[in-house]
Amino acid sequence: MSDTFQLDGASVPFEPGQTVMQAALAAGHYIPHLCYHPEFKPHGSCKLCTVKIGGRTAASCTMPAEAGLNIESDIEELNALRRTLVQMLFAEGNHFCPSCEKSGNCMLQALGYDLEVHTAGFRHMYPDRPLDASHPDILLDFNRCILCELCVRASGEVDGKNVFALSGRGITKHLVVNAESGLLKDTNIALADKAMHVCPVGVILPKRVGFSVPIGKRKYDQRPISAQALDDAPRQGDAGGSCASCEGTS
Amino acid sequence: MTTTDDLPVFLDALLARHGNNPAELLQMLCETQHRRGWIAPQALTYLAQRLDIPRARIEGVASFYSFLHLQPHGEYRVLFSDNITDRMLGSQVLMEKMCQQLWLQPGKVSEDGLVSINTTSCTGMCDQGPAMLVNGRAITRLTHQRVQEIGSLIRNRTPLEDWPADFFHVDDNIRRSGLILDNTVAPGDVLRAALALGGKDVVEAVKDSGLRGRGGAGFPTGLKWEACRNAQGTAKHVVCNADEGEPGTFKDRVLLTRHADLVFEGMTLCALAVGAQRGFLYLRGEYRYLLEPLQAILQRRRDNNMLGKNILGQTGFDFDIAIHMGAGAYICGEESALIESLEGKRGVPRNRPPFPVTHGYLQQPTALDNVETFCSAALAVQMGAEKFRAIGTPKSTGSKLISVSGDCPRPGIYEYPFGVSVREILQDCGAIDACAVQVSGPSGICVAQSEFDRKLGFEDLPTAGAFMVFDDSRDLFEVARNFVHFFAHESCGFCTPCRVGTSMLKQTMDKIAAGHGTRHDLNEIENLDKVLQTSSHCGLGRTSCNPVLHTLKHFRPAYENRLKSLDFEPAFDLDGALARARQMTGRDDVGAHLKPEDV
Amino acid sequence: MSKKLRIATTSLAGCFGCHMSILDIDERLLALLELVEFDRSPITDIKHCGPCDIGIIEGGICNADNVHVLYEFRKSCKILIAIGSCAITGGLPAQRNHLDLESCLTEVYLTEPGLAHGHIPNDPELPLPLDKVHPLHEVVKIDYFIPGCPPSGDAIWKFLTDLIAGKTPELGHGLIKYD
Ligand SMILES: Cc1cc2nc3c(=O)[nH]c(=O)nc-3n(C[C@H](O)[C@H](O)[C@H](O)COP(=O)(O)O)c2cc1C
Ligand code: SF4
Ligand code: SF4
Ligand code: SF4
Ligand code: FES
Repeated sequence: MSDTFQLDGASVPFEPGQTVMQAALAAGHYIPHLCYHPEFKPHGSCKLCTVKIGGRTAASCTMPAEAGLNIESDIEELNALRRTLVQMLFAEGNHFCPSCEKSGNCMLQALGYDLEVHTAGFRHMYPDRPLDASHPDILLDFNRCILCELCVRASGEVDGKNVFALSGRGITKHLVVNAESGLLKDTNIALADKAMHVCPVGVILPKRVGFSVPIGKRKYDQRPISAQALDDAPRQGDAGGSCASCEGTS
Repeated sequence: MTTTDDLPVFLDALLARHGNNPAELLQMLCETQHRRGWIAPQALTYLAQRLDIPRARIEGVASFYSFLHLQPHGEYRVLFSDNITDRMLGSQVLMEKMCQQLWLQPGKVSEDGLVSINTTSCTGMCDQGPAMLVNGRAITRLTHQRVQEIGSLIRNRTPLEDWPADFFHVDDNIRRSGLILDNTVAPGDVLRAALALGGKDVVEAVKDSGLRGRGGAGFPTGLKWEACRNAQGTAKHVVCNADEGEPGTFKDRVLLTRHADLVFEGMTLCALAVGAQRGFLYLRGEYRYLLEPLQAILQRRRDNNMLGKNILGQTGFDFDIAIHMGAGAYICGEESALIESLEGKRGVPRNRPPFPVTHGYLQQPTALDNVETFCSAALAVQMGAEKFRAIGTPKSTGSKLISVSGDCPRPGIYEYPFGVSVREILQDCGAIDACAVQVSGPSGICVAQSEFDRKLGFEDLPTAGAFMVFDDSRDLFEVARNFVHFFAHESCGFCTPCRVGTSMLKQTMDKIAAGHGTRHDLNEIENLDKVLQTSSHCGLGRTSCNPVLHTLKHFRPAYENRLKSLDFEPAFDLDGALARARQMTGRDDVGAHLKPEDV
Repeated sequence: MSKKLRIATTSLAGCFGCHMSILDIDERLLALLELVEFDRSPITDIKHCGPCDIGIIEGGICNADNVHVLYEFRKSCKILIAIGSCAITGGLPAQRNHLDLESCLTEVYLTEPGLAHGHIPNDPELPLPLDKVHPLHEVVKIDYFIPGCPPSGDAIWKFLTDLIAGKTPELGHGLIKYD
């Protein structure tokens, strides 16, 4: 018999080695998340998944599950925090959804919808982040990068190519590609790479296929992200190993 | 001038010296930086090939540290220390003057590629500021005259080695000594006592002494050593945290200058206690000038069999210490970020658990402590736990080095038994009109006059050692703003709340400073604070609001006097936002201006 | 029956798309008119905004005239609502924000052949452009935001009826969108 912890009053079973997030999703309980991806080792950077245990707060995607924990997640205090974090991400980059190919299929946007985020609220930083359109088949629009490192992880762990890495520090932190020229065309990325398919927002885009799905038929037009995230969650098992490519996960 | 042609030759030698070890990447980058004052793109590519690390990852590492440059940054790179104490001593005017003298703008390289001038976070010379770094070398006690001389030396391209030695002189300024600073322990004394006890009893003695970490968090040192001793692992490590990045702290510098043997003795003692064979001293880049003297001491200790194989004749007791340099990143003082940095990576705090005692350097059990902690541990073992415990207070045993700076006639290092009051220290350093003291640096506590009877110690005012005094002529809003800028500059950028939140906090404080602040902005500060405190990944983000919160609590008028009575104001100057268009159209009519009052 | 709520609307640096959506609430507009009456609005042609309960603004702030109108609305309206992507994020016009105003004007009026005859218009009748385009909330306090480009008639209806009923407006899945 497996141990359990309490999540918003419900009893959640878990296997040794699972995180709170993994156990919760596997048992059909949604905790908002952005940088967590079921196929990769947790990163713990976006902090959307922050939960409360007693008086403390912690990121549920990196927190090991423990028997008897009493965890709160779906409470106004935490949803307000999540709303602010989403707003911060909107204000940090240049997100103009009406002209974004990812719109309708974007996790950041879908989270904003779920959390009833009506505005970034803060002053927009309008950073200057030029596009990289050098590659014949792939466009990089850094304006929308939320620095979750999923592409870094996928390219390193799955594709074995290490096309992406993070550079800089603090608010100037940004994504770079693995070439002295700094251009994507000089890397060995390919359309079939895992890294092409993990970006939760609209940075890494195959060229000439944008806007192919009509409004109303896109992923999050159908159902809110809170409902769909559960479909994506593995019902059991391990998720990924340690990643030498990225920060904080070793 | 040599071209990049001999770069491969240089890099091959460098790689060989570091055994082609990817964990030494940061050290290699530091040396490459040192060679020409910047790191050329070809160097990254070459290192990537040789070390078999993706180039982008190397670029990521190099770009993380503020002392490493991926573009030419001038033959002379001048960095003014920008702690509030430097500012109080006039650093800003000095920097302006120097920019004028050399015809350049802060942050830009002069057109002839000769020089760049910028600011850097506190360089740990607060008791003898204003201070600067030139090509990484610390220069203290800046005056108008000194800055002008430096300008001339640069213009004449005088090599740094030929500058007046006095410029580089760093005082210890020891004002009050005690247990640590008065110690007369000879090298090897503690080790011999420890060898007689054996590793297990050393752990017991340290536990028994009640010693708690001096780096800020105050974790019981004996418990840490015990956990590391008991942890599974074949290659345990001892790491000494000499990153000393907290603005206003400089006691580790003095310990490493005066009592390096005791520091190394403490590390070796720890190695015996936990069963480690390798040790690192992680030295902040600002203290680069200490590297050679410290290396010499390590060599002497090796020569005297206090490091190396079979230390002091004890068969199987093998331990050696290497020094790793930091390169301008406050976050690398955080223990797990420090370990990442030691491994040659970006200094980003790890997810915990697991903790360093079980999964530290290269995932091996690692005992990581502050410089002063190692000294205290050595003395505790030497004098016996009971005697050590008799000093200080029940929960804060032993003595503490305090780095005093700011508005007082006698800044410097003061050693006190724990339990000393703020007032006593103020009296000793001669501060008369103090209205506030920042205890333990920007991440610590701002103590106002009404609280001067509070006592330093884990029971009341925990401290890593900084003690910055502000007299009643100081504007505590500007103090807080300086600290907020510091945190925004030093945020590693890993987690959303701190990466974005510290920058927003900085913007809001700047808005208030520019006279555009409103009550709405104070609300925004409160909101940001909540987010930073509850969801940041590490201590940097969690404490980054402290300066504002504490000064708001004690010095609210300093904020409110600046607020507009309106409940909203843009963060930018509306009329100023039209200046460009006015200039381009040549207009200056009424319609070409915006005044918020009459629109 | 209580007094009707007075509403004013305007478009600043926007495309009137949001106004089209307001009209798009169709026959419910009649129901709405039971509850509200319009002050300054493209619907009424009143030129200056009088005291109002609710002001609704589409479009961001890109020139001096936008600032004047926005201040007029803020002064006159108890509740100010930003509607649509441009009002909320700066939108399409803000895509020039990473460019220097000088290079924009030079490109448009001096480099490119066209109507400008090689000079930048300096007629005092014309409002001067700001160096950056700003969303409304960066210039005045905004009370509510209705996102969308444009928001649907349904979304606007839900939002306004919630608001008029004294509830915190909530859009919910399907009505809330940013595109
Ligand atoms: C942002 C940050 C910066 C830190 N900087 C330092 C530092 O410069 N020196 C230090 O000894 N500890 C620093 N610490 C504390 C270390 O993480 C760690 O607790 C300490 O080095 C452990 O040693 P101790 O137990 O001997 O105090 C810092 C912590 C944080 C969160
Ligand atoms: S990435 Fe997502 S949030 Fe950003 S502009 Fe595109 S759709 Fe909008
Ligand atoms: S490009 Fe996408 S996947 Fe990669 S870090 Fe940015 S947001 Fe994450
Ligand atoms: S709190 Fe700040 S310094 Fe710490 S991990 Fe997050 S971004 Fe980095
Ligand atoms: S999902 Fe847990 S921090 Fe991002």
